[in-house]
Amino acid sequence: MSAVRAEARTALAIARKDALAELRGRHAAVTTLFFSAVVLLLFGFALGPDSARLAAAAPGLLWLAVVFSGILAVNRLHLLETDDGALEQLALYPVARRAIYAGKALGGFAVMLVLGLVVLGAVGVLFAVDIASAWLPLLITVVLGAAGIAAVGTFYAGVTVRLRAREVMLPLLMLPVLAPLLLAAVKATAAALAGDPFGELGAWLQLLAAFDVIMLVAGAATYGYLLED
Amino acid sequence: MKTRILGFVALGTVVAATAVALFVVAPDLNQGDAQRIMYPHVASAWLAYLSFGVTAISGIGWLWKRDLRFDAVAVAGAEIGVMFTAFAIWGGMMWGRPIWGVYWQWEDPRLTTTALLLALYVGYLLFRRLTDDPERRATRAAIVGIVAAVDIPIVHFSVEWWRGLHQTATIASPDRVLDPAAPPVFVGTLLGMLGAFTIAWLYLMIRRYQLARAEVAREEAVRIERLMAARAAGPSAEVAR
Repeated sequence: MSAVRAEARTALAIARKDALAELRGRHAAVTTLFFSAVVLLLFGFALGPDSARLAAAAPGLLWLAVVFSGILAVNRLHLLETDDGALEQLALYPVARRAIYAGKALGGFAVMLVLGLVVLGAVGVLFAVDIASAWLPLLITVVLGAAGIAAVGTFYAGVTVRLRAREVMLPLLMLPVLAPLLLAAVKATAAALAGDPFGELGAWLQLLAAFDVIMLVAGAATYGYLLED
Repeated sequence: MKTRILGFVALGTVVAATAVALFVVAPDLNQGDAQRIMYPHVASAWLAYLSFGVTAISGIGWLWKRDLRFDAVAVAGAEIGVMFTAFAIWGGMMWGRPIWGVYWQWEDPRLTTTALLLALYVGYLLFRRLTDDPERRATRAAIVGIVAAVDIPIVHFSVEWWRGLHQTATIASPDRVLDPAAPPVFVGTLLGMLGAFTIAWLYLMIRRYQLARAEVAREEAVRIERLMAARAAGPSAEVAR
């Protein structure tokens, strides 16, 4: 029991460190938020100006913007570790590898959650979608989606961070794996916005949760091999 | 020598199975000659999944035993799997055009799943090329291969749902061929094709594995040669550098 508690404490400490570095340096949030705003604007140009069409496409655009900017965010969070060889130091600590993964994923989750909520708000304003009336299911979807992107992103950012071509490899590896998440999150958002007429919202949220759990377990089980090389 | 014999057996059985599928079996009542594409198509899809399974299991083998031969099997599986995946998609599109009227049918879960599968493993192969050290490459590739394999069932399941939750299939799906109600001659031809393709797969796997071993041996030789050259140049060269 105490071993689990020690791992949880390690994970929280790493997540806290990342959050603190983020709050002081704002490496990930500012650039990625701005990036997602630009992406949303470009979606508007690509599909608009018909507002009905934009509102219909809003769930898809929301999650594309979150996924794209999420790639930037997880990359930034890991770059922070490699700049001064900090990841090597982290790997030397006598703690469970999965605790390090959990900590990094938790830090990534915090950033992704903020990002997701801001993009959700921006979609509500820009594409005239009523997000207030369905706030609870939307919040759950954003939380589950952010957790999934953080789980997958932390793993792949760790895989690619020491490569020369990481800017290309990270999205190339990550996007196909995120496809089920994108699909379920878009469907859940669309169902929530429509008032769930077919009663499918729960099923999509379960799929999202299952994706999160499976990817967290896979990441925690394999991340340790990354740190050793 | 044994591998060469296997190669000839593979060639013979694939040619024989193709001849049967093209000229012996009657065309399908509804789909006509286009249905003949299904024989190699289904066989390729099966081998694609088999290859990726082999890649994932070899990855686990490497992490467990630290024997680079596992990594050679992994790269063989991924590369041959990508080839069969591409072939399956191409066959599916050739079949879809006359039967569905379009090359691409978003509502077919297999087609979209297979496309994602191709993206996953092309990424895996590109990723492999970026690490020079063989052991580091094996470790990194192993975990990427394992996570990709974990993702396959989720992708399949979610895409199936994506379509299934809002409408039922309206178009004959490719697995109709495997319907036990299909005449035995169709099933027999399909099984023959599956067998022939699997023998060819085994041959390709062995050859690609041998090639991968040779590649690693050459890399190693080049590295030792460089080391020797540096040592021969002496410490003065070290300082000059």
